[in-house]
Amino acid sequence: MQLFPCPFCGPRSESEFHFGGDAGNHRPEGFRAVTDGAWAAYLYERNNLRGAASEIWMHMACGEVFRMERDTVNHRVAEALALGQGGGDDGMAH
Amino acid sequence: MTAWRTDGGSAVDRSRPLSFTFDGRTVEGFAGDTLASALLAGGVRVLGRSFKYHRPRGLWGAGVEEPNALVDIAGGMPNTRATLALAADGMAVRSVNAEPSAQKDRHAFLDAFSRFIPAAFYYKTFMFPDWHLFEPRIRQMAGLGTVDTAADGPAFAEQVNHHCDVLVVGAGPSGLLAARTAARAGKRVVLCDDGRQVGGSLLFREATIEGRPGAEWAREVAAELEQTGALVLTGTTAFGIYDHHLVGLSQKVEGDASDRLWRVRAASIVLATGAIERPLPFGHNDLPGVMSTEAALVYLRRFGVVVGRRIVVATNNGLAYETALALAAAGAEVTVVDYRADAPSPAGLQVLKGVTVAAALGRGTVTGARLSDGTVMEADAILASGGFTPTVHLFCQAQGKLDWRDDILAFVPGSPVDGVEVVGAAAGRFALPAVLADDTAQEFGIVAAWPKPGARERVWIDLQNDVTAKDVELAVRENFVSVEHLKRYTTLGMATDQGKTSNVNGLALMAELTGRRIPAVGTTTYRPPFTPVPFATFAGARSGTRMNPLRRLPLEREHRAEGAVFRAYGGWLRPAFYGPGVPDERIQAEAEAAREGVALFDGSPLGKIEVIGPDAAQFLDFIYYNTMSTLAPGRCRYGFILTEAGVVYDDGVLVRLDENRFVVSCSSSHVSGVHGLLEEWRQDRFDRRRVFIHNATAEMATLTVTGPRARDLMATLDLDLPLDDVALPHMAVVCGLLDGVAVRIARVSFTGDRSYEISVPADSAAAVWARLRQAGKAFGATLLGLEALMILRAEKGYIVVGKDTDGTSRPMDFGLTAPLERKKVEFIGRRSLATEDAARPDRRQFVGLEAVDGLGPLPMGAHGVEREAGKTRSTGYVTSSYFSPALQRPIALGLIERGLARMGDIVELQHLREIRRARIVPSCAFDESGSRLHV
Amino acid sequence: MTRHYSALSLFKEGLFGQKGWQQAWRSPEPKPRYDILIIGGGGHGLATAYYLARTHNIRNVAIIEKGWLGGGNTGRNTTVVRSNYFFPESTALYDMALRLYETLGRDLNYNIMLSQRGIVTLAHSEAEMEMAARTVNAMQINGTDAELFDIEDVRRVLPLLNVSPGARYPVFGGVWQGRAGTARHDAVAWGYARAADRLGVDIIQSCEVEEFIVEGGRCRGVKTSRGEIRAERTGMVVAGHSSHLAAKAGFRLPITSYALQACVSEPVKPVLDTVVLSPGTGTYASQSDKGELVLGGALDRVPSYGQRGNLPVLEDVVAGLLEMFPSFRQLRLMRQWAGIVDVTPDSSPILGESPLPGLFLNCGWGTGGFKAIPAGGTLLAHLLATGNHHDVSRPFDLDRFTRGRLIDEAAGSGIAH
Repeated sequence: MQLFPCPFCGPRSESEFHFGGDAGNHRPEGFRAVTDGAWAAYLYERNNLRGAASEIWMHMACGEVFRMERDTVNHRVAEALALGQGGGDDGMAH
Repeated sequence: MTAWRTDGGSAVDRSRPLSFTFDGRTVEGFAGDTLASALLAGGVRVLGRSFKYHRPRGLWGAGVEEPNALVDIAGGMPNTRATLALAADGMAVRSVNAEPSAQKDRHAFLDAFSRFIPAAFYYKTFMFPDWHLFEPRIRQMAGLGTVDTAADGPAFAEQVNHHCDVLVVGAGPSGLLAARTAARAGKRVVLCDDGRQVGGSLLFREATIEGRPGAEWAREVAAELEQTGALVLTGTTAFGIYDHHLVGLSQKVEGDASDRLWRVRAASIVLATGAIERPLPFGHNDLPGVMSTEAALVYLRRFGVVVGRRIVVATNNGLAYETALALAAAGAEVTVVDYRADAPSPAGLQVLKGVTVAAALGRGTVTGARLSDGTVMEADAILASGGFTPTVHLFCQAQGKLDWRDDILAFVPGSPVDGVEVVGAAAGRFALPAVLADDTAQEFGIVAAWPKPGARERVWIDLQNDVTAKDVELAVRENFVSVEHLKRYTTLGMATDQGKTSNVNGLALMAELTGRRIPAVGTTTYRPPFTPVPFATFAGARSGTRMNPLRRLPLEREHRAEGAVFRAYGGWLRPAFYGPGVPDERIQAEAEAAREGVALFDGSPLGKIEVIGPDAAQFLDFIYYNTMSTLAPGRCRYGFILTEAGVVYDDGVLVRLDENRFVVSCSSSHVSGVHGLLEEWRQDRFDRRRVFIHNATAEMATLTVTGPRARDLMATLDLDLPLDDVALPHMAVVCGLLDGVAVRIARVSFTGDRSYEISVPADSAAAVWARLRQAGKAFGATLLGLEALMILRAEKGYIVVGKDTDGTSRPMDFGLTAPLERKKVEFIGRRSLATEDAARPDRRQFVGLEAVDGLGPLPMGAHGVEREAGKTRSTGYVTSSYFSPALQRPIALGLIERGLARMGDIVELQHLREIRRARIVPSCAFDESGSRLHV
Repeated sequence: MTRHYSALSLFKEGLFGQKGWQQAWRSPEPKPRYDILIIGGGGHGLATAYYLARTHNIRNVAIIEKGWLGGGNTGRNTTVVRSNYFFPESTALYDMALRLYETLGRDLNYNIMLSQRGIVTLAHSEAEMEMAARTVNAMQINGTDAELFDIEDVRRVLPLLNVSPGARYPVFGGVWQGRAGTARHDAVAWGYARAADRLGVDIIQSCEVEEFIVEGGRCRGVKTSRGEIRAERTGMVVAGHSSHLAAKAGFRLPITSYALQACVSEPVKPVLDTVVLSPGTGTYASQSDKGELVLGGALDRVPSYGQRGNLPVLEDVVAGLLEMFPSFRQLRLMRQWAGIVDVTPDSSPILGESPLPGLFLNCGWGTGGFKAIPAGGTLLAHLLATGNHHDVSRPFDLDRFTRGRLIDEAAGSGIAH
């Protein structure tokens, strides 16, 4: 299985992690002020990049939510960043 | 017969003879023999019948590359390679795909019609009248071995996880060297080899290494490795390399357990996986008696079996000479047919140079060979060496790319892959001096001998799938010229040997036919497993209660003692009802008794997730559909949690313990989902230093006392807290002590009657439960199982998420619009409630359904239907349906289009093509005013 | 020259050394311009070209495929065909495909080996039986075949299934669709390719899109590794690479791509005559006409374009099989592989014009594209020929996400679809 580096726990098996969507998917605020298109883009559109991708992941064992820079073709993990330390408050993808 | 036993054979113990049967015939051998070596020595030439044409087939090889000799062993696994299975006394072995035996197969006649059933013929016919007419017969003919449907198969396998610095795959000379070097440098080493002993080719080729005979040197290196703490695994195949350097190994174990699975995480990997000999293309090259040259050497040196008396060794390279000389020394008459004009002339060996074999001769077995110059030779065995194909599978699985080497006519590993090194024959260094001195010396000297188009006789490329050179030509003729199309069209390389002896010959022919170089044709994708691995090895112990284990209640023992009948609910094993008796009767009785007196219920799986901190209230306003920050400390409020798409994700009661402390209760099946949701928003939107989440679900047991006499029962308990309705009204919570145990008591009801939910630390649950049971005796308290609870809540119209909601249900579908109107702040899913879909007038809404046709409870899953102009349309469905003991009539709940605006309407419901009729009624059927909550 | 496939032509060619067989398709050089261009030479793309030519008489069509035709998910799936879906829109879509499959072999003059051996989706509890009833009723109302099986019915079609009450996932019954089954995946691709080619469609392999040609705000064609190709309308049918190409065209899609694994056992004589899915273990299985057991299960939940998965999912799938069929512990796994599946938020496909006018989409089939090939082709052909939706494809337009009108089948019919 793949190994992902939880910023809190260190390298752990992929089955302990949950994919949380694209990093940087900022939630549009203001309910009705947000157009249908903008809301759908936030809710449903994905970068889904082939190659280097910036993703939000959660380590379910400890609950840490963090950003991981990863290659979706060769599966190499470049780095994992805690949200507080450069992982950024990058907005949730939900 | 022509093969015979001689002296020697390092693997065999002559002092321990044995015998087994093959297709009913007795065969003798010795301990250490494989089935293949014993059959060979015993003169059994025909070991099976080919897949499509049912041609007689004999042994080709000595190892995993064997394409022909597959057997079924009674009490064992089908499709076992005879070259890998150890012979055992009393074994009953059968050939596959042959009836009644390999020798006399009733489908042998098919070969006479082979011209009408070439590759891919089944795509060109069987269309009329219908494929279904032909399919059963084709399926019967297909498949090789037979599953013994009355048996279970091997016991489950162990699975082991291991970490190391260096994993070396292959314990031949290069692998042993690599392992020793790493171990001496202080690395943690794992060395694996699929043979029963270490040594690889050293076990059958003569060699001297560091002054020692090869096999002895190998043993000494292995001993040194083990002394340094390295793991040396024999009988172990590395079958797959996966991401991040995880390597899967399959290790043979004693007894009837399946192979043990090793998952090895290695910092670096050395592949010393050797190379596999290629067949030579000539007419009838599938005749029993045509064998791999190297295999003949293995059978001689390891098992003491000489493959024939008059042997032709056909070769296009120099590595065949050791075999030729060894067989001659053992007493066989050997002639080397060397395809190279400049072949050597070793003393004592007859060598014909610059000629090739044109065809093998014989009916059912080799009796001679016809050479390219027309000469016909007598022979009872033809050994073929068409070159060697490095075993690069694992390198390619690790995303390595291959280079083609014209000098050795082989694909070798190309650009290196991080952390994966390839050594020895697997890297194209076939001769031992080349391995040791890392020098590609010219002992090999291969010339091309690829299959050519337009051959007169049939030339076999893939023995197991019966693919000939003509099939490859046909593929090209029809324009299936990419290497993957070639494979799928002809099925070349798709058999159990996955093309180990056929792929390169096939693509070489393809290259010639399409005017390309071999590397331009390329190879197909290498996939795990390298060689077939038992299913049981992958499954490990994951079976029965060890598969996706159900979660168990702290009080399971107590419930069982009370006669509970357990079922799985939302991943938990819980009491469905308490027996003995007829289930439906017991369930009705429990529900009835709960409304009359008092009942006890174990609600421990209920989610209890604490949200704590100065921003907790604000956080929960974002999480919930409802406004929660206005909830007073000590109070409870029912709410929905939506997805961002505005769909109901979960419902439950939020409990506020004090200013900065809440408990989110959620469905037992959704706990990890809700917990994850809370954590993600906490960390990604709020200040994680001001909100904390703690999942206390498993720490606390929740025991519920419910019913009109609930207060009376509670009053008899030794509770260190006030229980009057002023201190603890409905939807309020207090904390205190019960018998000295810290408890939290919430007046929350899922039954519609006055209820007290008592949450205690799980390890105190047994004591508290016993206390409640004790107290309950005076009231004739009934134990309430989940089935009866479901009826009680349905009588009240309380929803169960996932049952009364589907993937589209929104809060307005339940008539819960007020919270939205009042709420000022942002919350999960808010914007989605303003979409076109949310505003549709024809939404399915949650209503009650009352059967009006007197036919009993409405069937679960029945759909509301509208029928017009001959077409039927679903308008929703029944989501809950029971016989209500309180009302003494059927009740039901459902999601029906425009239901809330159609109160009183009669609707038709369709279930399995029958029609029922029901009236749309309010979802609450019992005690509409809710007065029983306060009784 | 033998063009037509039949027992007679096999016999004739057998007598004459197979010399007369025609090419299944040509290898034409791409022209600079076509009426319609289809990007993607998998099952859906090939079917689209076929129906453009056959139904709409539009033959000046090219398919460009970056690899070899049928080499993507069409060549990697587990060959199951079925239409046991929940919502009427889905049933209309998948049953259209199943009905087309029923005559496809003859229509294409290619034996696609459609084996309507049925599929049973097991129900492991009373609650699951209730959901099964809900699904069976939906299917019957929406116009396709379905039966609610009890445990005896299941035993009849799956004699080797472990139905003991003590099993981890006991069997109560299930949803049966008798018209469902399997079809040979390669044959479907090759059959459509050959038929389309015969009608004049150019199939151009080893041709990869580098850029879209956008003029006046419309897609006018593509620049490829083999030159520029222009067209009135372009269809994009590239399962596994939809987002990648969409990015080149300047928009994003509601798609995440994952690896979906599958594997086969060594071939054995017949032991499994129907297709079975267990929602409990997540494993589904059938036995191919070659004798191999073909298994699949859930996705590897890590977004990936690697076309390979890892051990945990494989172990789960195999463990699930053995839990259902203990005697299959006698078998070995022969080969495993994976494709790239494009998963949408509601597990329903996307059909319709893309945000770039002139470029039309057929994508987002997730784990369930193979069963829909004839319908996907029919519907995209309609879109490309007329510029408008067919009734069956309209609900699946990309705009459903903006409107919030998802067709969420995840609740509907088990995991993999």
